[in-house]
Order: sequence, then structure tokens, then C-alpha cells
Amino acid sequence: MMFMTPHILKNLFSKSATRLYPIEQREPFERARGELANAVEDCIFCGACARKCPSQCISVDKAAATWTLDPMACIGCGICVAACPKSCLRQETVYRRPAIVREELILQGEVRRKPRKAASGEDKKAA
Amino acid sequence: MSKMTIPFGPQHPVLPEPLHLKLVMEDEIVTEAIPQIGFVHRGLEKLCEIRDIHQMIQVVERVCGICSMIHAMCYCQAIEKQMDVTAPPRARLLRVVWSELHRMHSHLLWLGLYADAFGFESLFMQLWKIRERIMDINEATSGNRVIVSVNVIGGVRYDIPVEQQQWILKELDLVEKELKAIQTTMLNDYTVKKRTVGKGVLDKAQAYELGAAGPTLRASGWAQDMRQLRYAAFDELDFEPVVETDGDAYARGAVRFRETLQSIDLVRQAIDKLPAGEINVKVKGFPEGEMVSRVEQPRGELLYYMKCDGSKHLERLRIRTPTFANIAPLLAMLPGCQLADVPVIVLSIDPCISCTER
Repeated sequence: MMFMTPHILKNLFSKSATRLYPIEQREPFERARGELANAVEDCIFCGACARKCPSQCISVDKAAATWTLDPMACIGCGICVAACPKSCLRQETVYRRPAIVREELILQGEVRRKPRKAASGEDKKAA
Repeated sequence: MSKMTIPFGPQHPVLPEPLHLKLVMEDEIVTEAIPQIGFVHRGLEKLCEIRDIHQMIQVVERVCGICSMIHAMCYCQAIEKQMDVTAPPRARLLRVVWSELHRMHSHLLWLGLYADAFGFESLFMQLWKIRERIMDINEATSGNRVIVSVNVIGGVRYDIPVEQQQWILKELDLVEKELKAIQTTMLNDYTVKKRTVGKGVLDKAQAYELGAAGPTLRASGWAQDMRQLRYAAFDELDFEPVVETDGDAYARGAVRFRETLQSIDLVRQAIDKLPAGEINVKVKGFPEGEMVSRVEQPRGELLYYMKCDGSKHLERLRIRTPTFANIAPLLAMLPGCQLADVPVIVLSIDPCISCTER
């Protein structure tokens, strides 16, 4: 105790070691891995993110052009961001706000028409 | 005097995780301890059947929060060795940096809990205050405080740029200064010594016979550390295991305290030697055959056994963690001690039950 007393006294009269949180907030680090966001207008719905995701929290429907995320299951590893070929996925530096209800995040993109080649192939099959 | 059995845990103020011990008592003296584990089993090893080998990295990281990076490193090294892939030199040194940062924050966390176990609240607060600096380094370099998730098969995912290296070195100087300031308290204080010296003694022969691992083994006089295997980039670094000879709770605390200082030195050496170049190599295909990898976790030797038939899923994953090895020595330490010393002795092996049960 004898050796510790000077430290205790010093701590007692020095600035607080913690921040007064809601009033004083630290800037998030540049690399902080927070909430996952998708710029859906650039998304091609290839499904690379859904295949690589370790927690399988992303599902992609190419035909309906929907990108669905279960935010509660997302572990924020950033694997999908690295796998995205169009770089439309990104991670914010802050976390998603807590929620009471477990809701899925569904992003609707533009349904693209099938390329002509595929269409003609189907026509042939039909014929 | 008739014998009496007292349950210790799974919920106990001193235990961060659920470990249950049935203590057979004669008056205030423990005569026997019977352990029971299995409260936090999650079946992570079984997940290898539905997650592919790349996704498993994120799973094995979650075996243990406190040494997540070291688990993933062990896993990746096993697969790299089997597939004849060598991680680039820069990646190997970066792995050393992050693994030593993990060792530091794990030891500081433990030293704090240990101080709390013998009722030294102010020392506990001081140690955790120092630990915050390491957590900030983790978050700034990788994006997360605990689950840094930096490993991939073939290297690492993030690089540490020069400015960040300078900042890390500055922060580590402060950590070292603050640690040195409380070194006298941790190692020479009357209160600390009174509660730890001569408690839970494990002599050199016992430590060997019962297969103790990590600081528990080194505190009993064995200079054995898995970093002597020179995995990652430890072959380029100057490293000697920290050894104490008394084998009591005090010695185990001293080993961990000195290892924290040693880790600071290892990070400095690694940053000093960082070569320019790639941080990962592309790995194609899947491994085939059986793999074994061993690394040094903050608590001791970590062993991964894996079997793969060349498909994208592992056939079998088996993880042997140091706490599992240290439970048998713990049972040898307890008989003969006072009931009041049980919390300190149980904590002195640094039990990580999540690791043990996976």
C-alpha cells in the first residue's frame, strides 16, 4: 500500500482518466469497423458478399434486385467490403444504434433486364 | 472433524467465467478440489463442417476474445504450412506486433483481475487504465478493440503505415513508463506479498508431470515457451522466455508482469525490422491431409489439429487450449490451502473457460 499511495494521491488530484461521455465524445478511429452500408444504386447483386460472409447475415436476390442484411447477425469483420467487386459496400466508423426489435435491412435496387443473349437462348429452348 | 463440501463457482465474484469447483474442506483447509466444466460450450469446432476454411478464421477468433488474434494466427499458420505457402516477411512481423499487443492486453487484464482478487482495488484500476492504451492501438490499427480480425490465409489484411508505427512506439513508451511506476507495488508491496507468496505452490517436478503450460509452467522454473519454436517472425527477434523458480501465485504474477514488459520490447523490435513489401499472398485451392500448429497464447501453449480432404470444408478441427492443460496443476495446488486463498490461487492460472470449452 505504501508504494501505491503516491499514485492514488496523484490520481485524486489529476484529470479524470475517463471522458464525460455524452458531453465529450472521442472521434472514431479512421479504420474503425462499424455499421455496414451498401450504396445500392451501384450494386450489381452478384452475391459475392453473401458467399464470403462468415456469419451469413447477407442474402442477395439477383432477380428481384434486393440486398438483405440481418444487422444483429453481422459481426463487422469487413470481409464483404473487401470482397465487393463494385466497392459499393462500406463500413461506417460508428456502430448501428441499438434496437429493441430485430429487423432486417432490405435494400431494393433497380431490376435490370436480362441481356439479349440470354433471352434468345431461352427462345431457342422454347422453340 | 467431519468433511464438508463447499461449491465454488460457476458464479463467483472473482471468476470472469464459469468454472465450478467442489471444495472438500476440513475446517478452513481445502483437502480436495473436484472440477466441473461445460457451462459455456458453444460447439465452435463443429462449425467447420458448414463454414469454409476462410470463414473459419472468423469462427476460431471467437473461441477466446482476449487472444483472438493468436487463435487465428495459429489456424492460418497450420494451413499455410500444409499448402506450402509462406506469408511475406512484412506480414509475419505484423503478426508478431498484433500477437504481442494481445499478450500485453491479456496480461494487463489478468494482472488487474488478480489485484482485484486479493482486494487491491486501486492497483486494479491503475492496470486497466494502462490497458486502455493497448486497446486504442488495436482499434486504430485494425478497426476493432478485441476481435482484430487481421489474419487471412497467406498473410494479414491490414498494414500499419509509418505514422501509425511512430504513434504506437510513443504509446508503448508511455505504457512502459506507467508500468515501471507500479512495478514496485506489484512485486515488492507488503499487501501483495502477504496474499500471494507461498500460496498454491507447484514445484518443478509437479509442473512437468501434470503438464502445466505457459506462465504457470515458467513460474515453476521451466524455460519453455512456444515462441522458442520461432513461428511467425520470432526467428528474427531477440527473445528469451521469462522464468521464475518459486512456483507460487506470486511467481506466476511476476512472470506475467515481466512478460508484459518483454512484449513491449518485442513490438519495438518488430516495428524496427519491418521490411517494405506485400502483406499477403493469394492462396488458391484447399489443403489436404492432417495439420498441427502450436503457438504461445498469453496463457500458454495453444495447439490446433486439423484434417482436410482437399474440399473447402475441414473434416475435423480440434483445439487444445492452455487452460485445459492448467486445470490438472490447479487441482494439485489447492489441497492444503486456506479457503480464503482459493480465489487467488484459481485466478493465478489465468483460467479462460471459453477457450477450454469452445
